[in-house]
Amino acid sequence: MANILFLVDHDGSKVAKTPGELATFAKRAGSAIGVILANNGAGDALAAQLSGTEIDRLIVVENDEISKHGIAAAVSALAQVVAKEKPEALLVASSARGKEIAGRLALRIAGGVITDATDFRSDLSTTQSVFGGSFTVNAKVKVGTPVITIRPSSIEAGVASAAASIEKFEVSIEAKDKTVTISNSQPPVKGGRPDLTEAKIVISGGRGTNGNFAEVEAMADLIGAAVGASRAATDAGWYPHTHQVGQTGKTVSPQLYIACGISGAIQHRAGMQTSKTIVAINKDPEAPIFDLADFGVVGDLFAVLPQAREALKAKRA
Amino acid sequence: MKIAICVKQVPDSWAEKKMVNGRLDRESVDAVLNDLDEYAIEEALRIVEPLNEGKESPEHTITLISMGPERTTEAIRKGLSMGADGGVLVSDPALAGSDAVATAKVLSKVIQDGGFDLVFCGTESTDARMSVIPAMLAESLGWAQLTFAGSVKVHAGAKSVEIARMTESGVETMSAAFPCVVSVIEKINEPRYPSFKGIMAAKKKPIDTKALADIGVSSGEVGTTGAWSEVLEAQPRPPRDKGVKLEDSGDGGTKLADYLLEKRLV
Ligand SMILES: Cc1cc2nc3c(=O)[nH]c(=O)nc-3n(C[C@H](O)[C@H](O)[C@H](O)COP(=O)(O)OP(=O)(O)OC[C@H]3O[C@@H](n4cnc5c(N)ncnc54)[C@H](O)[C@@H]3O)c2cc1C
Repeated sequence: MANILFLVDHDGSKVAKTPGELATFAKRAGSAIGVILANNGAGDALAAQLSGTEIDRLIVVENDEISKHGIAAAVSALAQVVAKEKPEALLVASSARGKEIAGRLALRIAGGVITDATDFRSDLSTTQSVFGGSFTVNAKVKVGTPVITIRPSSIEAGVASAAASIEKFEVSIEAKDKTVTISNSQPPVKGGRPDLTEAKIVISGGRGTNGNFAEVEAMADLIGAAVGASRAATDAGWYPHTHQVGQTGKTVSPQLYIACGISGAIQHRAGMQTSKTIVAINKDPEAPIFDLADFGVVGDLFAVLPQAREALKAKRA
Repeated sequence: MKIAICVKQVPDSWAEKKMVNGRLDRESVDAVLNDLDEYAIEEALRIVEPLNEGKESPEHTITLISMGPERTTEAIRKGLSMGADGGVLVSDPALAGSDAVATAKVLSKVIQDGGFDLVFCGTESTDARMSVIPAMLAESLGWAQLTFAGSVKVHAGAKSVEIARMTESGVETMSAAFPCVVSVIEKINEPRYPSFKGIMAAKKKPIDTKALADIGVSSGEVGTTGAWSEVLEAQPRPPRDKGVKLEDSGDGGTKLADYLLEKRLV
């Protein structure tokens, strides 16, 4: 049976939501083999968090040099796993790091690369949404082992009761892959809210918030949403850059996207227009965001949001 | 110090894009310098300008490198008018339809031949948005990869670079010795507008246009034939259904709540 390898994304101590999703995609084409790149002694605790997923086998690589030397070292380790396993394809979750690893690895193992797929089929072909979601493309790698990055939340992760078998694998990182030294790393500041790319609901604020995200956040907490922002809001320093939605920020595709005080510039739409349902609150009836909105309220977000919140609370009680 | 900056001409990010036969229709929209490359140019200028201060002929230079059709010289010219010193354009009919692998191959060949110390890039092109070329350049050149920089410190004397890498995974301080590939995020600076003087000076700056044969890359390695991946089909996304838009006359919030509950969205 075909082997599909995938990289398990984690922050050193906690695995992301994506490995379960990648395993479910991998199962379509063969057996799902997860690769964990971890520091010495950290692999077992990470592997343990993956129980209940559809992963068949886990390959745990423990080597402190990987987190110390960045992308090249991770690529080196993965290439060694690929050489041993000879998979039919390798999947990585789309993120800045995931895409860079995929691009380099593709060159190293001489395989084609596809980024930001939202679907992966048993014939190893993919679906991508391109040009800010205005086109859907089916593509396939035709040379070498395909290296494919897949957007988080593209599929509901399947569940399985059988535990994955776990094996350790030793790698050695060559000097040429250790030219970069990481001297300090600070994890992202995370509130208690869901991650933007993983959330089922995203509520974003733009210039219309005038720097006051309190109403946007209060609604987010009531409905369990992640908070996003337009570039106008992140440029002004009102919200961290990591929350920016759009062309040069995150691409999100949640069940529900609520845009508050956002005009809907083409670069913003590029990051959210594949959302299932779009709601917009904007003072300007001519704002282009209304062209996308399934439900739009022409009004002041500082009046509409608190009222909606009270109404939701009242109906729920 | 010789800095190369990889730049791309892209369809204006403000324009709606079309696809023809599985490829972006580049003819139907205005072509501009990729906005994100301007940040790389600005950052490199801020690094070399103080070092060149008061020197007759600049010791530290910036060369823009691009691959694309002939008219890409317009995008290069824009970068030259910001202050870069010269450009190299690889233009060849065989390049049409090249994938990221081929692009990395071509650009790194030019970089290798040019004897550069550093390569700067934007984090992605606003058309393809793959965000892989800087990493792939580092791979094919065998240079240190310092990408997604929110700040860059170049130590010209010690021949080393330190950056703060800013991504969704947090902030990492990382450093490496020359040669390095650096990509910068759009929060790093505010790119300058070309001055009138800059625009006039750019007209006289050299742009060296090369064919594939000039850089020793065979046409079979690039273009649609050399691509390692292929588009099977491309379709415009179906238009969204027309939604409801209502004026808030005091009960907009309540109506919004009703909608969310009725559609079981919350
Ligand atoms: C290369 C490039 C990349 C870019 N990348 C991104 C990106 O990734 N993400 C992104 O978002 N943008 C991006 N932009 C910027 C984009 O072009 C817009 O400038 C930006 O999206 C505007 O943000 P905004 O909608 O918050 O602000 P504005 O366009 O100023 O809109 C604010 C809106 O708020 C409304 N408003 C004001 N007050 C209220 C109120 N009290 N209640 C309700 N509504 C109110 C106004 O009617 C207006 O429609 C990019 C631009 C370029 C050139």
